Amino acid sequence: MTHDEGTTRWGSASGWPLPPGQPLPTNLNVYVANLVPKEEYFAQGHRACQGCGLALAVRLALKAAGPDVIVATATGCLEIITTPLPYTAWGVPWIHVAFENTAATASGIEAALKVLRRKGRIPDRKVRVLAFAGDGGTADIGLQALSGALERGHDLTYICLDNEAYMNTGVQRSGSTPFGASTTTSPAGKKSIGQQTWKKPMPAIAAAHNIPYVATANPSYPYDFIQKVRRALDTEGPAYIHAYSACPTGWRSATDLSIHIGRLATETGVFPLYEVIEGRHVLNYDPPTLQPLQEYTRLQPRFRHLTDDDLARIEARVRREYDALKRRAELDAKEEKRLKREAVRARRAQRAQRTASDP
Amino acid sequence: MKKPASLKDRATPFRQAHELGWRDFEPGFVLTEVASSRHYHTGDWRSKRPVWDTSRCIQCGVCWIYCPDAAVRRRPDGFFEADYDYCKGCGICARECVTQCIEMKDER
Repeated sequence: MTHDEGTTRWGSASGWPLPPGQPLPTNLNVYVANLVPKEEYFAQGHRACQGCGLALAVRLALKAAGPDVIVATATGCLEIITTPLPYTAWGVPWIHVAFENTAATASGIEAALKVLRRKGRIPDRKVRVLAFAGDGGTADIGLQALSGALERGHDLTYICLDNEAYMNTGVQRSGSTPFGASTTTSPAGKKSIGQQTWKKPMPAIAAAHNIPYVATANPSYPYDFIQKVRRALDTEGPAYIHAYSACPTGWRSATDLSIHIGRLATETGVFPLYEVIEGRHVLNYDPPTLQPLQEYTRLQPRFRHLTDDDLARIEARVRREYDALKRRAELDAKEEKRLKREAVRARRAQRAQRTASDP
Repeated sequence: MKKPASLKDRATPFRQAHELGWRDFEPGFVLTEVASSRHYHTGDWRSKRPVWDTSRCIQCGVCWIYCPDAAVRRRPDGFFEADYDYCKGCGICARECVTQCIEMKDER
């Protein structure tokens, strides 16, 4: 897979990207650019690799957050690419902390802001707190700090940028690496299939803390991404967003395919887009038919060694998890409807009682 | 602790990495200029450059929204162009362009 494949494009069953000459479908999200803020708070000149999905995710998140935000970042790709010492790519206040305590730092910032505002030392206006960490800094190293911050109920938004391995130090496996992916510490070979464990379900772990807002977001769907970050920032209390971020360097994929791979991740059911609002699951995008997993894996040489049997096994599990999520969302929607109906009925009964007792 | 100078009253121009010693930094390595990475031009990483065919461009801005480097900007006439100081030539804009009006041309 090289960057240069002439005019041939990777097609998918949904017909995206379009072959040349084909008429435009009407449901394209071509209006998104007119709906999102034009200001950039993530400056040019940062040193992310070509085609970095993480840089795009951060750019969109900061667009959603606006200027009144304080950012805490763990060690990782994001810290390395944005702040080689005299330079900084951040247009908003930013603090770098150690690998494991992003969430603790963010909760400290939130508490400090609260106290300073109460004492009148800073103007009384809403300043949001945003924490970024990679998948290693969230699922492995920073998990206890994150769990503590979620449990204490600080008003912060935590965004995990999931590129599915420790890319910064040279593609070592993390708890978030999917089954079968070849990394430098889980290399594929005669005796090994690559990563031998399944991906840690971080959004479910965050949702199990009973926090008000959990979501998965994908920068290939920019409007959805920005809306989710806004919703998370507007939520009182902790919010967690699991952001998919393609990594051409670590996944050995072509640099121009990052967005396309992200879209396929959602269309194949590997990375479903959903929200958990107050414990209620909402599936944001349910493709009419899930695409075969091979569409997704064939673009990424980290899955190159997988045989058709392996792929079938992985696909079966992906489908099972997706169906479980879908069922859960349907059940929650039904339950929500029932509760609403009950509330209406109760109100009606109350009104009837009032008119009966009051002639 | 010395108060960090604000961007406005900073008399000295920005100094690049090789012009600085360890004494030149604020305590705690506080960076006083926001978005100073703009002084570092990543455009020379590029081996291919995106070129827009404005006769087919519908000005939707998909290239702008998907650029990880924020290197696509809107011209006053509504069409888009790359900021070649920062464009790393990843090709995402050309791949995602709805009308496929962006071509990746070899750098010479």
